[in-house]
Amino acid sequence: MRTKQVCTAAALALLIAPASVWAGTISGKVTVDGPVPKQKVIDMSKEPACAKDYPASDPPKTETATVGAGNSLSDVVVYISAGANDEGTVPPQAVTLDQHGCRYIKHVTALHVNQDMKVTNSDPTSHNIHPLAKTNREWNKSQPPGSPALDAKFDQAEFIPVKCNIHPWMHGYIVVLKTNHFGVTGADGGFSLKDLPPGKYTVTAWQETLGSSQQDVTIGGANETKTINFVFKGKAY
Amino acid sequence: MNAITKTLVSMSFSLAIAIAVPALAQEPPGSGMPQPIPQTPATHDFTSHIGKVTGHADHGKQDYRRWCVGCHGPYGDGNGENAPWIDPKPRDFTAATFKCRSTPTGTLPTDDDLFNAITRGFNTSNMPQWRPLTPQTRADLIAYVKTFSPRWKSEKPGTPITITPETPVTIDSIARGKALFVKLECWKCHGPLGRSDGPSAATLTDSKDQPIKPYNFSTGGRLKCGEANADIYRDFMTGLDGTPMPSFADNVKPEEAWDLVHFLRTLQTTRPSKENEVLKAAGGKIPDVPPPAAPAQENNQAPQQEQKSPSSGK
Repeated sequence: MRTKQVCTAAALALLIAPASVWAGTISGKVTVDGPVPKQKVIDMSKEPACAKDYPASDPPKTETATVGAGNSLSDVVVYISAGANDEGTVPPQAVTLDQHGCRYIKHVTALHVNQDMKVTNSDPTSHNIHPLAKTNREWNKSQPPGSPALDAKFDQAEFIPVKCNIHPWMHGYIVVLKTNHFGVTGADGGFSLKDLPPGKYTVTAWQETLGSSQQDVTIGGANETKTINFVFKGKAY
Repeated sequence: MNAITKTLVSMSFSLAIAIAVPALAQEPPGSGMPQPIPQTPATHDFTSHIGKVTGHADHGKQDYRRWCVGCHGPYGDGNGENAPWIDPKPRDFTAATFKCRSTPTGTLPTDDDLFNAITRGFNTSNMPQWRPLTPQTRADLIAYVKTFSPRWKSEKPGTPITITPETPVTIDSIARGKALFVKLECWKCHGPLGRSDGPSAATLTDSKDQPIKPYNFSTGGRLKCGEANADIYRDFMTGLDGTPMPSFADNVKPEEAWDLVHFLRTLQTTRPSKENEVLKAAGGKIPDVPPPAAPAQENNQAPQQEQKSPSSGK
């Protein structure tokens, strides 16, 4: 009897508690073990407006696999692929994808299904935004310099390559996820997935060239922090 | 179909849908996990409406297997037995992405758009005109083409864009169009003289990574999505989905769009047109600094005699 009451109380607490109470965290670092494809120098001479943004000593390069200090890996999407029940909660804030120096800032943009995305053009030249979606609708819009931000939404989870047809070196990814627990690694390769209620989770890390890998993590207590690291196998080409 | 069969069919349907619950886990591409196969409704659920004609996918199936399957393939994915020898490749209906639409980029075309495409055929491709087939047959084919993509069940076609009445063809309009052609950087692909030789032209690929050429205006060849000025207007306002050609609807006002159409016609140097006559009358030179555009006319008035600007040569 007593246990039943306690259980009910606990269950009620689970129902009532807002998500922020759960301060379980999964964090860690993504590194690569071995070579990655050599990044090529981009020749922007056909677009002088962008070429002048880069000093001759530091020419722009492709970003299919960017390795930093200590073999850290940038532009890796780390997300909860199973276990998080937050499909229906769309974050109110918009995600921004900027075009600057004839590149996508950021190279990989992650967002929740149906979350607002604003696409901006900071360059003195025209771009066209062409997400090559397969599950979502494919569209293609022009954005001349000085035009207002484009609003976009994607209603299906998908890893969408995005490109600009005018500048063939412009490639990026828009990653639409069914969860709010995700991060895209920066130069240090670090990630942190916060506000997780206790439970079993599958964490997936995805990199456009090296593929993806998964790990199962269990958050036991309300404030537990688990550290997991992803080490991708290198790929020379 | 009697009531019992109907019930059975609908029951088996709901069962199929219940079985095909997509996995909750989200798999990245190339993870080797089996993807859930989308359940497509039965063929007879698809129809098309062209004026007073209603097309039925059930009837379209036989016609498709007779006329279309050789290129577009039995699964509608553009992999028919002729496909390896064809360039550009046949349309892949499973993506439900279509070039020639009256609807905004990213939306499905209307039945009329598809009917017009089948009727017109596609210049510089292997898609012929299908005028010999009756309108009923063409409508049936369109209904059947819809069975290849679940998008036709989950989405409605877009709302066709509004095409304002055409503004008068004047040398000033042509000049404003030229300025727009430069400003919007159309020349990056189409080339400064519309000869398909812009700096980005050689690198263009379509959504299937096949090389694709921008339209070369100087040949004066038939445009893929129709020959009227309104068709050109539609081309750049809706964009040609699946190709590098984007939509300019967010950044071009209707009166500007007509200016651009008038200028583009002058790039078709070998094709007789009102625009080329106006240009010739103005001495064959397009003035550099165009006067500001008048707002678009709301109704179809007769083109008024405009003052010749001093810059237009004799």
